[in-house]
Amino acid sequence: MSHALAFDIWGGWATTLAIKTVIVMALIPLAALILGYTFLLKMMSHMQSRLGPMDPGGFHGWFQLVGDGIKFIQKEDIVPAGADARVFKMAPAVVVLSTFLMFVVLPAGPRIKVVNLDVGIFYALAVSSLSVIGVLMAGWASSNKYALLGALRAAAQLIAYELPLVLAVVGVVVQAGTMSLQGIVVAQQTHGIFGWTGLGSPFILTQFVGFALFMVAAQAELTQPPFDMPVAESELVAGYMVEYTGFRFLFFFIGEFGTAFVYAGLAATLFLGGWSIPHVTGGAADVLGPIVLFVKIMIVAFLMFWARFTYPRLREDQLQALAWKWLIPIALINILVTGALKVAF
Amino acid sequence: MTTFHAPPLAASVMTEYYRQYLAVAVFVGAALVMVGAMLGVGALLRPKRPQPEKYITYESGSDPFGTFGQQNVRYYVYALLFVIFDVETVFVFPWAVNADHSGLGWFGFGEIAVFVLILVAGLGYLWRKGLLSWA
Repeated sequence: MSHALAFDIWGGWATTLAIKTVIVMALIPLAALILGYTFLLKMMSHMQSRLGPMDPGGFHGWFQLVGDGIKFIQKEDIVPAGADARVFKMAPAVVVLSTFLMFVVLPAGPRIKVVNLDVGIFYALAVSSLSVIGVLMAGWASSNKYALLGALRAAAQLIAYELPLVLAVVGVVVQAGTMSLQGIVVAQQTHGIFGWTGLGSPFILTQFVGFALFMVAAQAELTQPPFDMPVAESELVAGYMVEYTGFRFLFFFIGEFGTAFVYAGLAATLFLGGWSIPHVTGGAADVLGPIVLFVKIMIVAFLMFWARFTYPRLREDQLQALAWKWLIPIALINILVTGALKVAF
Repeated sequence: MTTFHAPPLAASVMTEYYRQYLAVAVFVGAALVMVGAMLGVGALLRPKRPQPEKYITYESGSDPFGTFGQQNVRYYVYALLFVIFDVETVFVFPWAVNADHSGLGWFGFGEIAVFVLILVAGLGYLWRKGLLSWA
């Protein structure tokens, strides 16, 4: 047995993995740019009457993103004199790493996936927490008061949102009977609503409470308003990012929006049926799946950013109270009710 | 799902298992390669004109004073609570996967209900004691 298990990993599989890796490497910055352009630049400008990003290049300010890119390239790479240089330089890589690892398990079709881990959703939520380590490293190594406060807030925030996030997913896992994201999609595709299979059975119908909890907790994970205390530009300037320039700052941006994309993807997969179209399987699903998933991701991301552009910032202790006095008890009740119904029917 | 049983540990299963996590490891490498490549390209393009003022810690334009004060980490009670509940979630998932009547059924539901309720009782106690308010 030992022969087969350790060394039978090459062949066609390695080539396929290499191609997938290159595609995902291109996809992550692209995803960050799409969300950044569509929502941060355009939707925010419309919703908050911001004129700047609507101006460059003429039509609707299409040149703004290119201009931002050129600006980032021109910036010097500055490490403050008081900073712990090595940790300071490593921190953005840790944040990007967490985004990369989350993309691994997101399926976009029956065969359009990197890997289908048995512990898929559990893994995704676990590696998403890695980014907080990067944030703490950044805040601590910057040797800056704003940065340290921002990083400590980010750590405090993790304590608040992590449990509602994970517990909200348990209901879906109970219903699907698997943690694999592919399995969760198939479970939604193959079942119906009281026998009617025209829409499949997206779990948002039965797990709406879970969906709401997941979205609130994801908003806190993404440090988006109303839970943007760690970056709070009007009080901490930019929190843990304050000392970063140029590309290293850009990595935090890619991490933030790339992760927002994956979280929208996870919400779409867990609650909206992911890539699935009822009664469409095989090759057709591989072609249409990514399109369907992308549309759902944009819809979920629209909701996230809508909240982001609408609500004022809470205090850190208000988030703690919200999480521990409301979200966690509701999530536990949701789990028990879902579990009882699952056993009964 | 029909029956509750451990999958057979055939060589092919183990190969698949290693392949999956090898892919995860490859992605760790991919992330580092992308960061390194972007910084490398950036290093070729960006200017470098060192001046001492550029390396001063940023404090809204004024000269920085003092070092870090001691932080009163007010949320340490939450941190302790968090560890307990975080471990709880790890125990909930194995039940969640096998929750239906052909799996663990009412027995499993009873067990998990007792488990959750004990922790909820603990949370309620702390709430009553006022530990969930900003101390």
